[in-house]
Amino acid sequence: MKGKVIVVTSGKGGVGKTTTTANLGTALTMLGRRVVMVDTDIGLRNLDVVMGLENRIVFDIVDVVAGGIKLKQALIKDKRFEGLYLLPAAQTKEKTAVSAHQMKTLCYELKKEFDFVLVDCPAGIEQGFKNAIAGADEAIVVAVPEVSSVRDADRIVGLLEAAGLRKNQLIINRIRPRMVKRGDMMDIEDMIDILSVDLLGVVPEDETVIVSTNKGEPVVIAPGSRAGEAYRRIARRINGEEVSLLPLDHSEGLVDRFRRMFKLASR
Amino acid sequence: MLEFLSRLFWRDRDRIGSKHVAKERLRLVLVHDRVNSCPQLLEALKEDLIRVIREYIEIDEDALDISFDNIDNTVALVANIPVLRIKKSIV
Repeated sequence: MKGKVIVVTSGKGGVGKTTTTANLGTALTMLGRRVVMVDTDIGLRNLDVVMGLENRIVFDIVDVVAGGIKLKQALIKDKRFEGLYLLPAAQTKEKTAVSAHQMKTLCYELKKEFDFVLVDCPAGIEQGFKNAIAGADEAIVVAVPEVSSVRDADRIVGLLEAAGLRKNQLIINRIRPRMVKRGDMMDIEDMIDILSVDLLGVVPEDETVIVSTNKGEPVVIAPGSRAGEAYRRIARRINGEEVSLLPLDHSEGLVDRFRRMFKLASR
Repeated sequence: MLEFLSRLFWRDRDRIGSKHVAKERLRLVLVHDRVNSCPQLLEALKEDLIRVIREYIEIDEDALDISFDNIDNTVALVANIPVLRIKKSIV
């Protein structure tokens, strides 16, 4: 069976590409799929620390494509999650150390072994971005509900289409229901309307993301995390299930808390 | 007193959230971004316009100019097409 290469991109930096890659990768393995996460942000690698795998790196992506190191030697197996692997970026090389052609070959090889190849893309629209998307079958565009991020996301969608990618889906990250409710933040419909792309999911702003990242654990395993629940739903959608959007409860009142506790208990 | 009461009750409804400003600004900026990142679009549009207009009017094709402009809160396609003469057969 042949896998699927999905590139996670955004244009603007700091909107949650790496967090999204780490959590979707983990959540997909929790659904029983085999997943490899590829960090293509050469020189500014971060997927390893977000996943808590920074101490296990021996070889990296540049060693594989240009250094004669076998893929199997460079892939880091995440012992916590069955079927989850990381191919780390090089930290000391240039952004363009992996060419578009090399990336295509690499993705082709990984597809044979894995159900999903998640490519964490560098910020920007330069060569590093173009190389990262070279082997992709589909794209996930991450954007936060702010003008700068939406503008960059629109540019990215244009570039993805120009590169021949037809399935580009949007994840709206760090939405704040309270701000949406009082009309001070663009909501889901606003974003879809402006960007005219398909929606893959919505992730609420959630402090547990920072707590999890501090510990080097994906937030999808943090109990009771709203963002974690959102990522798990998105993973199921990627896996082909029809899953409703995470309801964005505005008021985290006592009633809501009880309701959530019951939901967690009944799961 | 009435003013105070109305302020108390209507404050939230009257207030227009900043997201509307964000949406409007984005709409304008994205039109320009999309056109600028695809110059072929304007060229193709220009050629098609010339082809249609030429059937009715003789125009100065070299001086034809089209662009997108912000007018109030909308984006307008502005075309400046110098007319040489109207074709007799149509009149």
